[in-house]
Amino acid sequence: MSNDATRRSRTHVSCTVNGDQVDFLADDGTSLLDALRDELDLTGAKEGCGTGDCGACTILVDGRINCSCLMFAPEAEGCEIVTVEGIAEGDHLHPLQQTFLEGAALQCGVCTPGFLVSAKALLDENPDPTETEIRYALAGNLCRCTGYDKIVRSVQEAAVQLRGASR
Amino acid sequence: MTVTENRPDYKWVGTRPIRHDGYDKVVGKARFAADRNSPGQLHGAFLRSPHGHARILSVDTSAAEAMSGVKAVVTGADFPDLPIGHPERDTAVNLMARDVAMYVGHVVAAVAASTRAEAEAAAAAIEVEYELLPVVLSLDESIADGAPLANADNRTAFSGSDDPSNLATVTPLERGDVDAAFEAADVVVEREFDTAWVHQGYIEPHACVVDVGADGKAEVWASSQGHFRVRSQAAAVLGWDTARIKVIPAEIGGGFGGKTTIYLEPVAARLSEKSGRPVKIVMTRDEVLRATGPAPASKSRIRIAATNDGELTAIDGWIGYAVGCTGDMAGFVGAMSVASYKFPNLKMEFVGALTNTPRSAAYRAPSAPQAAFAIESVIDEIAQALDTDPIELRLKNAVVEGDLTSMGGPHPRIGFVECLEAIRDSEHYQSPVPDGAARGIGTGFWFNIGEQSSATVNLNEDGTATVITGSPDIGGSRASMALMAAEELGLDVHRITPVVADTESVGFTDVTEGSRATFATGMAVVNACRDLVGELKARAATIRGVEVDAVAWVDGAAVVDGHDPLPLADITAKAKSTGGPLTVTASLNAGGAGPSFAVHCCDVSVDEETGRVEVLRYTTAQDAGTAIHPSYVEGQMQGGTAQGIGWALNEEYVYADDGTMLNASFLDYRVPVASDLPMIETIIVEVPNPAHPYGVRGVGETGIVPPMGTIANAVSRASGVRLTSLPMSPPKVLAALDDR
Repeated sequence: MSNDATRRSRTHVSCTVNGDQVDFLADDGTSLLDALRDELDLTGAKEGCGTGDCGACTILVDGRINCSCLMFAPEAEGCEIVTVEGIAEGDHLHPLQQTFLEGAALQCGVCTPGFLVSAKALLDENPDPTETEIRYALAGNLCRCTGYDKIVRSVQEAAVQLRGASR
Repeated sequence: MTVTENRPDYKWVGTRPIRHDGYDKVVGKARFAADRNSPGQLHGAFLRSPHGHARILSVDTSAAEAMSGVKAVVTGADFPDLPIGHPERDTAVNLMARDVAMYVGHVVAAVAASTRAEAEAAAAAIEVEYELLPVVLSLDESIADGAPLANADNRTAFSGSDDPSNLATVTPLERGDVDAAFEAADVVVEREFDTAWVHQGYIEPHACVVDVGADGKAEVWASSQGHFRVRSQAAAVLGWDTARIKVIPAEIGGGFGGKTTIYLEPVAARLSEKSGRPVKIVMTRDEVLRATGPAPASKSRIRIAATNDGELTAIDGWIGYAVGCTGDMAGFVGAMSVASYKFPNLKMEFVGALTNTPRSAAYRAPSAPQAAFAIESVIDEIAQALDTDPIELRLKNAVVEGDLTSMGGPHPRIGFVECLEAIRDSEHYQSPVPDGAARGIGTGFWFNIGEQSSATVNLNEDGTATVITGSPDIGGSRASMALMAAEELGLDVHRITPVVADTESVGFTDVTEGSRATFATGMAVVNACRDLVGELKARAATIRGVEVDAVAWVDGAAVVDGHDPLPLADITAKAKSTGGPLTVTASLNAGGAGPSFAVHCCDVSVDEETGRVEVLRYTTAQDAGTAIHPSYVEGQMQGGTAQGIGWALNEEYVYADDGTMLNASFLDYRVPVASDLPMIETIIVEVPNPAHPYGVRGVGETGIVPPMGTIANAVSRASGVRLTSLPMSPPKVLAALDDR
């Protein structure tokens, strides 16, 4: 049956995830998001839409933000992947994680991993963004709980802390 | 900022600690519904009706059952046929059609297979023979004379009639002499309004994993606003005892009312029962939009009479809600929501009518936003006609304690006037309106509910505590529970662990709705803590060898004259020798929920070339009673406001004539993104609710009620033309501008 034929084609993928070398097998049609969640049990990235519209699955691929629901798992071959599980440094939260906590920037928390990754990418690139730049950088991430106010403020506060730390 | 009446000097209540579940949520460890897999699990997928209304003549699953990886197939025939009038019949029929498919996307059959792709392929191979029936798509079609029935099983609630009808509810309200009041009025404004179907838009799609063992017991992992309701609804739909079902609450990725009912769990249970394997079902976003939610579309006609000195003397009108394919209380609840102004004369009718669209679900202050949009718009037009300040006009007519609600009873202590004054006195309202912009005012309220809650508080050996409740944490309620316990026990809030327990580990607790969790479940926590303090004093009396009356509880320690204070940890350390473990359970059916009012103010600009509305500045004042954790109160105010802004400006279901939703994705059903919104300034007003030990009112829902009227009033003032149709999307605004 055709199903069997499509199902059993699996590709070996080798990449780094959050600094660790990992190897896994993936069906050719599997999204990178599903591979991270189901093969590697990294369920921080979420599927909110599966069409690249909500940003809940945002990860860094070679330093750039990507919707992992829009990538096939085999496309990760040789890439450096960072997920929300990898943005803390050891037992020290990333300043964004800390300011999100202190600034009550999450309510239900399901969009939070995507926002943290997108915000990290922004601040890595632009350490002193304006409010408008923050809002546009995060416009690919949907939050339905907060109205974005406390998210934007927490990113602003993290930017201040990161600039202070790098001085 | 916060505006507060006199209140006690609390140590913990009103502070802003980091929430207890926050760490897991910023490092990706928190487990939401789709984040769990069970060994050996199968994946479920649905076959959904492509027709808006059709009789199901036959379902042939034989081809699907023979396909690779398929382990079980279920249809409507696999569920008991609950009689008309059974409280969960509509839930059952909605999650699996029996004889008739009532909207595009209505589930007709489900498959469990080794992979999701196999399940989807097999579902597509199920052959269904349909006989097409007339599709009722709008409120006007539904209530028209001789309209075809959208659902032949529907009976009009409270009518006593057993005749099929498209009317879900008809609720008339009348007081005073409306005709005489309109006759005597100096100013009369009458308008018609309409609003679109909108979705709650939670980012987490519905999902569950259900494992039914050979012993017949089911373990359900699901996210919901109330896992006890998941249990009771699933039991009813399956025809099982509730004792067979354990529901474990996953973290919930947004609900806003949309997760107060179930769609998946009984189907997954039946598939698991048939296959002998755990079954996981995760909805796609397309399925979420086509087959869950939404909030009813509405049409209304509102006429208000006023005197030249600004007294609103009468209101009459009609508000209709298109409620989707099953019976629904939207119209009845809408009638309860018209209670912000004194209106000595009132004559209104509220109708809910069925349509061949998804069964509507609660959405944050359900039915109130549609009504407030219409009424606040007419009141604004009266303020314009009288050339008076829109806040002063409202202050003159605002309800206060003792004034009648729409259902006839008196309002309890409420803070509407205080919210109006807070906005009037705000820096925003006192500042000049920016060039090229206009300012709008709107108000709204939600009456909130109490209902049943349970809490268990355990003191641990070292003097720390565990607070166990059955209310899913949909936006910071764990922190609120811990703060109230900290205040009662005199214990550092971070030495308290708040837990949301499964249906077998805590007493029955109603669903998190009606802004009730911090109010009612919080009250159960407070009661448990007070009993526990009584027990701590008794233990201290034993330790000190004094009568219990001689012991006071002060700041986390037992105080007896002539002795050093005995800290809580010293008493828990001696629990074994003084009577055993220190644990108390409290449960209640909470009365006295306090209505929460809000007043919003916004500045907008309207692009005359494109019709695009930009929200330049937004301020909200809301009566929280007492803000237990102010950050999460602000968060509720801001989140509700943002959803309201989406409802006002962008969001709508777009249907083809056959009932197919044309914009079932987050790309085309566009909720506000960060770059669409300004900061949302908050003023927490605290007029304590006398029925709660800390004065809590519940704040979750009210925030979504005022924005549509507020923004419509600003847009109308900016453009010089009254906008009466939601959403005020660019094409509609442009058309209105062209018609000036």
